[in-house]
Amino acid sequence: MLQQAFNGLVGGAFYALLALGLAVIFGMLGVVNFAHGAFYMLGAFGSYVLLDSFGVNFWAALVLVPLLLGLAGTVLERLFIRRLAPLDPLYNFLFTFGLALILQDLVKREYGVQSQPYPRPGLLSGTVDLGLFGYPAYQVFVLAVSVVVCAAVWVVLTRTRVGMIVRAATERPDLTRALGIDVGRWVTPVFGFGIALAGLAGVLAAPMRAVNPLMGADLIITVFAVVVIGGLGSIFGSVAAGFAIGLVSALGNLYVPALSQTLVFILMAAVLLWRPAGLFGREEALS
Amino acid sequence: MPATDSGPILSVTGLSAWYGEAQVLREVSIEVGQGEIVTLVGRNGAGKTTLLRCLMGLQGRYSGGIAFLGSDIVRLPAHRRARMGLGYVPDDRGVYSTLTVEENLTLPPAAGPDPWPLARVYETFPRLKERRSFPGTKLSGGEQQMLALARVLRMGARLLLCDEPTEGLSPLIVGQIGDILREVKRQGTTVLLIEQNVHFAATVADRHYLLAEGRVVESLRNDEMREREHELLDYLGI
Ligand SMILES: Nc1ncnc2c1ncn2[C@@H]1O[C@H](COP(=O)(O)OP(=O)(O)O)[C@@H](O)[C@H]1O
Ligand SMILES: [Mg+2]
Repeated sequence: MLQQAFNGLVGGAFYALLALGLAVIFGMLGVVNFAHGAFYMLGAFGSYVLLDSFGVNFWAALVLVPLLLGLAGTVLERLFIRRLAPLDPLYNFLFTFGLALILQDLVKREYGVQSQPYPRPGLLSGTVDLGLFGYPAYQVFVLAVSVVVCAAVWVVLTRTRVGMIVRAATERPDLTRALGIDVGRWVTPVFGFGIALAGLAGVLAAPMRAVNPLMGADLIITVFAVVVIGGLGSIFGSVAAGFAIGLVSALGNLYVPALSQTLVFILMAAVLLWRPAGLFGREEALS
Repeated sequence: MPATDSGPILSVTGLSAWYGEAQVLREVSIEVGQGEIVTLVGRNGAGKTTLLRCLMGLQGRYSGGIAFLGSDIVRLPAHRRARMGLGYVPDDRGVYSTLTVEENLTLPPAAGPDPWPLARVYETFPRLKERRSFPGTKLSGGEQQMLALARVLRMGARLLLCDEPTEGLSPLIVGQIGDILREVKRQGTTVLLIEQNVHFAATVADRHYLLAEGRVVESLRNDEMREREHELLDYLGI
């Protein structure tokens, strides 16, 4: 059971990274980024292609891929998202949704739907003795990276002026502009950063999950549920909910396997009935 | 209107505003002189908040002229207006729950000739000093209102735009807000104040505009306002 709990935390590590990106993007831009899963998929494919065609190893990909995808994110924000933002939010929903489909299909056309193999980096191929049981070193690494990245983001958010501005703009974008902060200037880097996190999650996923064009689409639905449970617009909530949902669904899988697919959504419904704004959301964020 | 040698600090001409197809402001024209306290009085739904949103650049659709410090600001985005010295105190007080009290105070950049140093803010509002590391929304309603006022004073805003700062607060706190507004006026800062409490308005303001259904229906000096307080209370249905 402890081992299953650990599996849950590793799964939660992915939820947390993806939900964190979604939450900062939603908070600051008011955009529900349906393409988030596609960028996760591109992260995994990016590291696959780098290794397969250019011989670039996992460690370099871990830095390079998020960087490139983050850059692509900033371009995307500048060219499209920003222009659609003044219109009905529906336009950006449709845009990111369409983008996700396009990216998926482009990858599908090139590589088909079957999963591509990606070897574990040699350094992390063994197991780690966690006292009560041995655990694959790679999975421990994934968990550690996710925790460190989330913690680092937390420190930046809570201890720096930039973080203060991002928090303020996430909570009340209009008010923050009215208090003299050029929120627009921070939107591009924040969007790029959110995409980079999705890319990072993708790179981390490559050696332990099936690398295929649909890997993002499958995962992102759950991540949306995670963000809603954590509270739309709550950055802390989305990370906490990410790890919690990973844990709960892994344990649920152990005890009630029949519910493994739906448990998250049952949980979401229950949380929303109890707290309509999510666990850490603010009620007024709904209006 | 008190003599001002440099013209009005704020001059609004023919301002109209819409939410979707519904027009809620119709050709509103008002002026605020340097150093004045001017109130906007009117029933709920008259368009007072919308007027401030237009001034701040937050209203989606509006037309007309807004001159602040002699220059047209209609095309400026909200943050540029704030940096010119407009200090916005919204009707919900605009206190951030994800920022501490001190962060709430230090978020806006300086936006005027003499921003208050944090020490002065804490001297004037000792309660905020005691609670400076609390999340902003852990404060009581009155304390949050003080925080919202303190924040724009710390910015050094030249013109405070205060949306019903006394609403729902105890007479004691309302009195304190009155004291602060009078001190603000003494230091030469201008205030445009939305106020349903006509009696309170008459204790702090120089002039008043009466708004009804999106139009300015009357402009009164404070002595006229005092004479007609009861009539106006009836009119406002308060
Ligand atoms: N967000 C909004 N969407 C649509 N109509 C609105 C909105 N906010 C205010 N209104 C309408 O605009 C009118 C003026 O509102 P407001 O400016 O808030 O008035 P006041 O502050 O004087 O009470 C009211 O009829 C109100 O119902
Ligand atoms: Mg109002």
